[in-house]
Amino acid sequence: MHLNPDLILLWLVRGLGTISAILVLLILLFLFKEAFPVLREVGIGAFFFDAVWQPTKGKFNLLPMILGTLWTTLGAMILATPLGILSAIFCQFYAPDFLAKLYRRLLELLAGIPSVVYGFWGLLVLVPMINRIQPPGASVLAGILILTLMILPTIALIADASFAKVPTSYLTGSQALGISQWGMVWGVAVPAAKSGLMTAGILATGRALGETMAVLMVCGNVVKTPTGLFDPVRTLTANIALEMAYALGDHRSALFVSGLMLMVVVIGLIAVAEWVVAEGKNYG
Amino acid sequence: MGWLGKTLLMAGLGLSLWGCGQSASEQQTKLVLTGSSTVAPLANELGKKFEAQNPGVRVDVQTGGSSRGFADASQGLNDLGMVSRDLTDDEKAEFQDWAIAKDGIAIIVHQDNPLTTLSDNEVTAIYLDKTNDWQALGGDTGQITVVNKAEGRSTLELFLKYFDLENGEIQADVVIGDNQQGIKTVAGNPQAIAYVSIGAAEQEIAQGTPIKLLAMDGVEATTENIKNGTFPLSRTLNLVSQGAPNPLAQQFIQFAQSPEAYAVVEAQSFVPLDSQKAKAKDLAPQS
Repeated sequence: MHLNPDLILLWLVRGLGTISAILVLLILLFLFKEAFPVLREVGIGAFFFDAVWQPTKGKFNLLPMILGTLWTTLGAMILATPLGILSAIFCQFYAPDFLAKLYRRLLELLAGIPSVVYGFWGLLVLVPMINRIQPPGASVLAGILILTLMILPTIALIADASFAKVPTSYLTGSQALGISQWGMVWGVAVPAAKSGLMTAGILATGRALGETMAVLMVCGNVVKTPTGLFDPVRTLTANIALEMAYALGDHRSALFVSGLMLMVVVIGLIAVAEWVVAEGKNYG
Repeated sequence: MGWLGKTLLMAGLGLSLWGCGQSASEQQTKLVLTGSSTVAPLANELGKKFEAQNPGVRVDVQTGGSSRGFADASQGLNDLGMVSRDLTDDEKAEFQDWAIAKDGIAIIVHQDNPLTTLSDNEVTAIYLDKTNDWQALGGDTGQITVVNKAEGRSTLELFLKYFDLENGEIQADVVIGDNQQGIKTVAGNPQAIAYVSIGAAEQEIAQGTPIKLLAMDGVEATTENIKNGTFPLSRTLNLVSQGAPNPLAQQFIQFAQSPEAYAVVEAQSFVPLDSQKAKAKDLAPQS
């Protein structure tokens, strides 16, 4: 019997690829199936225009939680992106070799800490600290700070790896032209590593959007559109984790709509990122 | 279809045949419990232990509220109903009931809070945001952080019912999931007030967590006071059936009320009705 190893590999890869794709579709299908009863009953509008979120009384406004998810994620990205990219630049272009290595190990350690540990630290240290400034302490700010801590290593490590991949000839070439160190970093290395930096941003945003335990522990989880950094907030993920265990009927179904909303936000985000990358390629 | 498909098909057929054989050969291998979502996790854990002790028996627990527990019991759709409250006189006339545990919730504050008791009215005022500062209640100055439970939790239901509140009216600063999170929140915030299962709070206090249980209208919040029925914010978790339960159900009730079940009951933050254990304790000093 003759078996062409290439052929086997081809079909194996095709098969595994199909399985991954099918898994994503099945998850979406499952979300739709579970969310469908309540969507049919009250319509999609109820999730945006109902007065409040009181699922046991048939009121399903998810808007404060959608905003909560967006605000905490956005805040964390604003803090973590410059921090992460600058620490990668430090690591790659400025730090002495031994320090860069040590720094990388530390970032890897930071990335490996389970989210529930961040949550505990936030609940026992960060929240009481903010509480002293302005009660109750569990707030948008606490969520943003915890998320920043959690996504910072993701951004820094991926940015570091993509800076390392910038061809040395670019860098030596720019040095030969007499450009300053910063000019080289900003004018040559950053544009050359752009797609890697975008990937870092997308992965970090994804993690921030989907983070549940840590956010649930520090954000206060009150369903109200926050008006300031010190207001408590509930995210879509926290909503599911808090209420799923005891939810029945329409309530349960409405929680699946929360999950669906989260998927929509993530899909929207990826679409925007793809678009930005494509635009960059056109003009870059 | 290749050999893999055929194997899967055969395995599937085999499994389904085996399933048929099971249900046909023995009649009493499945115990169905339906009803309260408060009792369900406890019944589930008890069920696992019961299954381990009685090989071949399967305990199926379904939720749907105490009312479903009664409805299914009268229609014969379950073996036992689960009910998370004391029965009314009418219900007592129609159903047999067996208490398996008590559930009590108490108000907790930080250890540094000088208050030791709150009246029902004071608690209501705090949760409606009518009282917003501890000073108004005789404590230190400080804005009160109101901790409430997430929608659907049984402790929330009991709390709302006792204080005659609507969840929509409560002005919470923090919403929590399980008891642990509530305890940690209060431990980290000297101005916070929360309500949790007494069992969970007592365990944490024993481990040195800086919280304390407040008395309610002067009655100390202890598991003892829940057992003897003097603590107001408590309820009995019951199993019910219409008429005499079948032998397997009887066996399960016996198990659920036996000392073997106490650890399971306590692990779920409920209070076991250990009348035998209490008696043993009373006897101990005399011997």
